[in-house]
Amino acid sequence: MDLILQQTINAISLGGVYAMLALGLAIVFSIVGLINFAHGDIMTFGGYGIFLSLAFGFPPVAALTIGIGAAVVMALALERTAFRAMRGADVVILLITSFAVSEILKVLFQNGISARPVPISLPASWSGTYQIGGATIGVVPTVSILVAFGSLAGLTWVLRRTATGMAMRAAAQDLEMLRLLGVRANRVVAVAFALSGLLAGIAAVIWTAQRGSVDPMMGFFPVLKAFIATVLGGLGSLGGAVLAGFVIGALEVMTQAFLPDSLSPYRDAIVLGLVIAALLWRPDGLLPAANANRS
Amino acid sequence: MDTALEIRGLDVRYGAVQATRGVDLTAPLGGVTALLGANGAGKSSTVMAIAGARRIAGGTVSIFGRDMTGAAPDAIVRAGVAISPEGRRVFSALSVEENLTLAGSVLGDPARAADRKARMIERFPILGERRRQLAGLLSGGEQQMLAVARALMSGPRLLLMDEPSLGLAPQMVDRIFAIIEDLRDEGISILLVEQNAALALDVADHAVILANGAVVAAGKPADLRNDSLLQAAYLAA
Ligand SMILES: Nc1ncnc2c1ncn2[C@@H]1O[C@H](COP(=O)(O)OP(=O)(O)OP(=O)(O)O)[C@@H](O)[C@H]1O
Ligand SMILES: [Mg+2]
Repeated sequence: MDLILQQTINAISLGGVYAMLALGLAIVFSIVGLINFAHGDIMTFGGYGIFLSLAFGFPPVAALTIGIGAAVVMALALERTAFRAMRGADVVILLITSFAVSEILKVLFQNGISARPVPISLPASWSGTYQIGGATIGVVPTVSILVAFGSLAGLTWVLRRTATGMAMRAAAQDLEMLRLLGVRANRVVAVAFALSGLLAGIAAVIWTAQRGSVDPMMGFFPVLKAFIATVLGGLGSLGGAVLAGFVIGALEVMTQAFLPDSLSPYRDAIVLGLVIAALLWRPDGLLPAANANRS
Repeated sequence: MDTALEIRGLDVRYGAVQATRGVDLTAPLGGVTALLGANGAGKSSTVMAIAGARRIAGGTVSIFGRDMTGAAPDAIVRAGVAISPEGRRVFSALSVEENLTLAGSVLGDPARAADRKARMIERFPILGERRRQLAGLLSGGEQQMLAVARALMSGPRLLLMDEPSLGLAPQMVDRIFAIIEDLRDEGISILLVEQNAALALDVADHAVILANGAVVAAGKPADLRNDSLLQAAYLAA
């Protein structure tokens, strides 16, 4: 019973990170058709932002905030310098552009900071635990879940209830038409990148708080899972990305917890096999985008 | 200044395809100008170039006497131009009201936008009845009305309408043409692209006929109605 509770918390907290990353990818993809391979590096940059601000003596809460801000700034900077010039290009060309950007950033992290993990030491009091019905639950995973749900709810509110969110939903369907109405497309696209950077930054905070270090590949692996989530959810579908992020987080934790040791090397293969089976069953994803015909 | 729109020598290209070749077109202030021609003649390319959504490879576009060649769509909207595009292109995943609100947001004045939205709903009551529905669930005719209402939100003095009657039932076509006449009577200049040449010539004060990207005839509708060039332009392609 307590094992199940603990694993459920782990699954939701991991799924929350995947969901936020997948949502960031989906927002950008739905508007500009870019599958942003550099999204993981934006997250990594957020992690280094936390590391450097702690190294410069900022208090932990300020450092985490700076890390989130760093990810937003990086997302905006990449949009301005690399992706804006490629607006309207073919999906494959955009993808390759983002590969290049990602490689450049990784080299900069390796040479500018370190190829090895650097530690992020947050106050010991943060790594506490508490008991529920005999189960020991970590404070960090619990807070992670609250933060992830809060972020997802906040973003839903922005998209549903604000003028900017309305413009983003319209842009996802027909960016040219939005421009024909006189709305400045560059602003809408920049907001989309900023929001995806914000989510990547929050994911970086959760990730580093749980793992205690940053390295140049930090963002790569979770974002790889988030890519799979965007496909499983339905490319361009925001709700699908979030749902599939949680599904993949849960599958990963479940296979880790309940598979016999002899099968553990096949964990990723089993998770991906399940994803492929789901896509054979629903080729457009779990919650296909309403306007999948346009991108 | 007595022209709403003056185009000289307009070239629009898509890679190797030359969509328009040296198109000259003048739309008088306060009138309806029909832009006619067969499929692929270059009508939409011309209209989209005026709206700032196609790169202008050659020639000039001036709007209300100001040179707007190569200007971005938002500058063209601010110069008083709005478009009801080919295929209507309403935001189907947004509600009817959100479509209008979004178009009104460019006014930068929420009170004026709300006021204009109320006037649109008065003018097109069906949009009021369906205000909370997704625009994608409207019928074709209702979507066309939404496309026109959305264009009117910015308070244009020149309205570009690309095939507003396409695919609509005959009564709905009549409604759309009645709306065009109302707008003209309110002093809005209109550039009307139509497949239905007979209907367009009935409301137009002036007409231009394109074939294979070039102007083959221009003048008064009465002179063009039986023109062999008009017949030829439609048979060509
Ligand atoms: N996006 C595009 N890419 C490549 N070629 C295009 C594009 N849009 C139009 N064309 C070509 O340009 C030419 C003019 O097309 P345009 O859409 O302007 O014609 P039209 O008069 O509006 O036709 P229709 O009556 O079918 O709407 C055609 O040969 C068309 O195939
Ligand atoms: Mg056309």
